[in-house]
Amino acid sequence: MATIENQLFDIRTMDTLASGKSNLHRLDPRAKLITTLIYVVMVVSLGKYEISMMVPFVLYPVTMLVGADLPVFYLLKKILLVSPFAILIGIFNPLMDTTPLVQIGSLSLSGGWISFFSILIRFALTVGAALILICLTGFNTVCMALEKLKVPTPFVVQLLFLYRYLFVLIEEASRMIRARSLRTFDTSGLRFKVFVPLLGQLLLRTLDRAHRIHLAMLCRGFDGHIRVSRPMHFGHKDLLFILSWSFFFILARSYNLSVIVGSIIEGFF
Amino acid sequence: MSHHIVKADNLYYTYPDGTMGINGISFTITHGESVALVGANGAGKSTLLLHLNGCLTTTKGDIIIGDHHLNKKNIKAVRRSLGMVFQDPDDQLFMPTVFDDVAFGPMNLGLTEQEVEKRVAHALETVGASHLRNRPPHKLSGGEKRAVAIATILAVSPDILVMDEPTSNLDPLSRKRLISLLQSFEHTKIIATHDLDMALDVCERTIVLHQGTITADGPTLDIFTNEDLLFNSGLEKPLRMQEYKPMPISIKKKVHDHDHDHDHDHHHHHH
Repeated sequence: MATIENQLFDIRTMDTLASGKSNLHRLDPRAKLITTLIYVVMVVSLGKYEISMMVPFVLYPVTMLVGADLPVFYLLKKILLVSPFAILIGIFNPLMDTTPLVQIGSLSLSGGWISFFSILIRFALTVGAALILICLTGFNTVCMALEKLKVPTPFVVQLLFLYRYLFVLIEEASRMIRARSLRTFDTSGLRFKVFVPLLGQLLLRTLDRAHRIHLAMLCRGFDGHIRVSRPMHFGHKDLLFILSWSFFFILARSYNLSVIVGSIIEGFF
Repeated sequence: MSHHIVKADNLYYTYPDGTMGINGISFTITHGESVALVGANGAGKSTLLLHLNGCLTTTKGDIIIGDHHLNKKNIKAVRRSLGMVFQDPDDQLFMPTVFDDVAFGPMNLGLTEQEVEKRVAHALETVGASHLRNRPPHKLSGGEKRAVAIATILAVSPDILVMDEPTSNLDPLSRKRLISLLQSFEHTKIIATHDLDMALDVCERTIVLHQGTITADGPTLDIFTNEDLLFNSGLEKPLRMQEYKPMPISIKKKVHDHDHDHDHDHHHHHH
């Protein structure tokens, strides 16, 4: 229970971070969003054995972290928190793909292990970039940017509502769990038998609340469109930001920069 | 402006599961009146309120708001003139920031941006929440949320204000502030509440509901002095009107202990 509430608090810290005043914070949200999208596409599209090509892509998150003075350990913790998903996706690769690919001394690494690590790295880079985007911009502003970029309004509204009522829902759930645990005197954890009706109860409450919110919206003339006015100014700086980073990403995607830089350095000796 | 009446004519409503909601209710509220709707839990207060702007549709009976017989066609016009503040501000504040929330109604009216901005600024100023305009609603305190919820309705500038338990869950000072705010409104007000002291301050007329029917409708003071009526409707006098017999708590406790001697002995042994 305590951990749920701590997580809640943690989500709020992202909003606090987003109210920063650095140059990166002040960029147009659309510029940051587009750059992040290009970044994610480029990283994901890398081949599964091409770990060396992923190295230059570390530059983007690092620049953002340093430029906006974001807390590194906080973000690393967030990435760790969701890493089980990536581990589950890649965990069978070493078993399926056993052809040796790299020989380091007497240790041979199979293609499976390489692709497993490449999944983990790509995961860390993309999730990190997404988190950085939210820390620099704020969730709601990212949604507004999506709307300005002509993403269908229902999707944007869904996201906004998700974020707005996440807090209410978590608070409701933690109240229910607390009420249960105060009347459970044996120390065993949340048992399945109790857990199911608890979830059902939560779903019913959520439906009730959704109904009430809808009524409240109708009472103020809701007609299926949510209109939010939020002026955004897309300037030269923003264009420059997108273009220069995209250029770098495409370069890093097309050529193995690590090898090129390596051979240049070798040339000096 | 004398046509802003709210008239209920023999309303009946039964919930889909068969629970009786309201059972033959009629009243007329004229322009500028301030009416308290009181009654025990489950008396039908909230159900009645939800009828007034068409959130629920009557099983039988007729509602007239201003010039309109409430029906599907004019529901939008009715909702524009009758603003409803819900009991839980979390249900009412659904937008990312306070500004967006207060602007939600005016924007749906299709007003220009300057006009929306003006309405929002004015509504927030009225409830004393101008400093909250850029905050996300979920981070506000209970009193702030309530104030903003009222501002979201004021921004639509309705003629009639309907409120469900506006003083619930407020600390004493926030409650006091809210009461003077409500007193300052010139709208027609219909307030469902258990806070009879507030009703005494804000409403000159009171309607008592009991099990879906009206048991009394008259001047607030007359009703709150009628102890039999209040008792039969599951209510009691406003606290301010009750006689306070000062008795030191220690004596009270002894009397109490004497009454429940057995019970308490049990407890003492236990600890």
